[in-house]
Amino acid sequence: MEAAPPETLRPGPSALMQGARFVKELTRGLAEPGQFGSLAQSAERSSKHNQQLIAAIPYFQSWREQAHQIKRYTLANLDKLLEEFERKITARGATVLYAQNAQEANEYLIRIIQDHHVRTVVKAKSMVSEEMELNHVLESVGVRAVETDLGEFLVQLAGQRPIHLVTPALHLSAADVGRLFQEKLGEPFTQEHAALTQIARKHLRRYFLEADLGISGVNFAIADVGAVCLVENEGNQGLSTSCPRVHVALMGIEKLIPSIRHLPVFLNLLGRSGTGQKLTTYTHLIYGSTPGRKLYVIVLDNGRTQLLRDPKTWTALFCIRCGACLNACPVYRRVGGWAYGWVYPGPIGAILTPQLVGLQEAGKLPFASSLCGACGEVCPVKIDIPHQLVHLRHRAVEEPSPVRSWPERIVWRMWAWAMCHPWMYRLVMRVVRLGTRLARFLPWHPGPLGAWTRGRELPEVPPGPDFRSWWKKHAHELKIFPSNLPPETPRS
Amino acid sequence: MNSRFEPIRSTPTVDSGRLTPRQNHEGPLPDQVEQKSSVGPGVGGVTGMVSEKTSESALGTQADKVGLDLEAVGWSATEQKREYPVYEPGEPVALFVPCYIDQFYPQIARATAELLTWLQVPVEFPSRQTCCGQPAFNSGYWKEACRVVHHFCETFAPYRWIVCPSGSCTAMCRVFFRHLDADARIIEIGQRVFELTEFLVECMGVGDVGARFPHKVTLHIGCHTRRELRVVEPPLELLRYVEGLEYVELPNMEECCGFGGTFSVKMPGLSMAMGQTKVENIIRSGAEVVVSPDISCLMHLSGILRRHPQGRNIRCMHIAELLVAEE
Ligand code: SF4
Repeated sequence: MEAAPPETLRPGPSALMQGARFVKELTRGLAEPGQFGSLAQSAERSSKHNQQLIAAIPYFQSWREQAHQIKRYTLANLDKLLEEFERKITARGATVLYAQNAQEANEYLIRIIQDHHVRTVVKAKSMVSEEMELNHVLESVGVRAVETDLGEFLVQLAGQRPIHLVTPALHLSAADVGRLFQEKLGEPFTQEHAALTQIARKHLRRYFLEADLGISGVNFAIADVGAVCLVENEGNQGLSTSCPRVHVALMGIEKLIPSIRHLPVFLNLLGRSGTGQKLTTYTHLIYGSTPGRKLYVIVLDNGRTQLLRDPKTWTALFCIRCGACLNACPVYRRVGGWAYGWVYPGPIGAILTPQLVGLQEAGKLPFASSLCGACGEVCPVKIDIPHQLVHLRHRAVEEPSPVRSWPERIVWRMWAWAMCHPWMYRLVMRVVRLGTRLARFLPWHPGPLGAWTRGRELPEVPPGPDFRSWWKKHAHELKIFPSNLPPETPRS
Repeated sequence: MNSRFEPIRSTPTVDSGRLTPRQNHEGPLPDQVEQKSSVGPGVGGVTGMVSEKTSESALGTQADKVGLDLEAVGWSATEQKREYPVYEPGEPVALFVPCYIDQFYPQIARATAELLTWLQVPVEFPSRQTCCGQPAFNSGYWKEACRVVHHFCETFAPYRWIVCPSGSCTAMCRVFFRHLDADARIIEIGQRVFELTEFLVECMGVGDVGARFPHKVTLHIGCHTRRELRVVEPPLELLRYVEGLEYVELPNMEECCGFGGTFSVKMPGLSMAMGQTKVENIIRSGAEVVVSPDISCLMHLSGILRRHPQGRNIRCMHIAELLVAEE
């Protein structure tokens, strides 16, 4: 394109970051749990359900390891595999377009829309399209994109953003949906699931038939046969990709797998970890354009190659977007997906966002974790999310970011110095002990101490000396008597 | 260097330029790859991506790392159980008492020393010890943490066995030292640190320590102990043999209590909300005493319990205290 692209094509992170509580606000405000009672329950329920399902499969751990190895191989050979994928799928009439950032991807899409004289667009679920802020961009050129995934349809109607990777409207109850339909679509109020589905179906069907262009994501792009694989439960992806004359599939560069023989292990993992199904209801394999129709695949980089270079965190690109880590995360359950400020919520968002949009914008995200490790335990492709969180914390305090602060660094320096000198350690600790003893008599506590006592009592320091003083005086009393030994207990 | 503790494996460096496929794609297809993975499959493909400057070093290490050998993974791989070394009677054991136990809970360190002595273990306390560096490490200040880690290793270098009555500090030594310093000696010293209950059960083979504690008890295992160290069975095993003890399971026991070190004061709202849930579960379990190998979690939980109308009388104890209690 010759002329400078219009502003709207450029979804800069700063625009996306508005309202990101984790990122923008100060520590105290950021840490407040939101009002998502039903979200917490549903996430917990599905996490438990999936774990039960998984526990019943003796192979599951080996599947995880295999998937991990396949992804490791794929990303190390990405250029070769991408090229192979392109060659194979192009041979069947598809066009593959490479976009370095969201803006380029949007430009491609708009050019496709203009070339094919597209007026209406139906859209199946795609996280990459969220990265591109696709709906806003399309609106700016006068095209309306209708979300056809039920959850996405609901959040679009409500004017919100998806709260979860897999189930975007997890926070809405049936009654909420009923009210939403009543308000936005003029339907009589109901909170029966079947009736609600019928309403959505009635409205969506019209759009499927009218649309000229269907946009979808890609779950797996298979290099050796040159196909894109989509999985879904509602049938909307099938319709979005087959009804309109043009289909645009959006994928991040990491969505590749080397061979169709590797697909089963991923399908097994994705269904079980994502929605707790043995297999999703529909699995589509799209091998190219059928006569009279056109398939475009837009491959988006958007910071991923940069991330691929970091040997400590590149495994974050293995993610298959199953959402298991979100459901397992005690922090996500309480703050909800919006709090993470960008497209990807939960633990995976906490490691992806800072690396894709920069620590400057999202340096605080890795700190929003108690490092409990529940995410790493459930991740089907074995991304060591908890260790990466600590690594990113380290980067956040070393590189320019909102959490880098000199006062804090000086405190830690002094702390380290004291910890390397036992006499200093004793001195400091004596002060801390005295402080803790006295603090309980104060009506108000400053700083971190205040944060602690907001809802907790301070530990009661026992009256005696600390352990090392006790040891000096009493160590000789600890004597080994041969008769002490308890009877042998059999090892169980 | 022990290959298990190498730093996270490196990946090829991708050319920063525009992402367009190269012409160079001579590498074998995945089918071929599996048959001859030992010769370093995919190298041809890697070459295309690696920038000139780094290609050599990347390739040198890459060859045996990015092969795709699914047969090697097998179909029955389960989580491998850690092999524990066996403690021979009479070997001296160094006690590592984390700073907060030293200062706020000296009775726990005392109980640990007494318990080990009772089991015929000669206990020593290296007096220069301070901290394992975990607070700084978790806050991102790795340089500072590294200095403390070096001090730790200097202090404990002479000891074969290091026992610590805290799971998260043990995890710091055994799992996280390798992130701070790839020096094999440092990592090796970290490997000698054992959490008290795992030392008793796995290394010493002890189950019954002759304890008596006639109360209703529930067990909380900290997340580092559970997920980084994978120590879940040992504390249960020890409780099983305690005379008069009635064990009740904590509902949702694998969920985090919300302490998380500096997390508890950096994000107090979240930390509290998580603690509240845990406390409700403790109350629901009907236990009189909560016991744990991690007193840091209990410091947080007992703080909440004491402000809770129904939780006020629930006691929090370290497992070492319970095992030497005279009740
Ligand atoms: S990080 Fe793992 S658990 Fe989380 S969404 Fe991605 S694949 Fe699923």
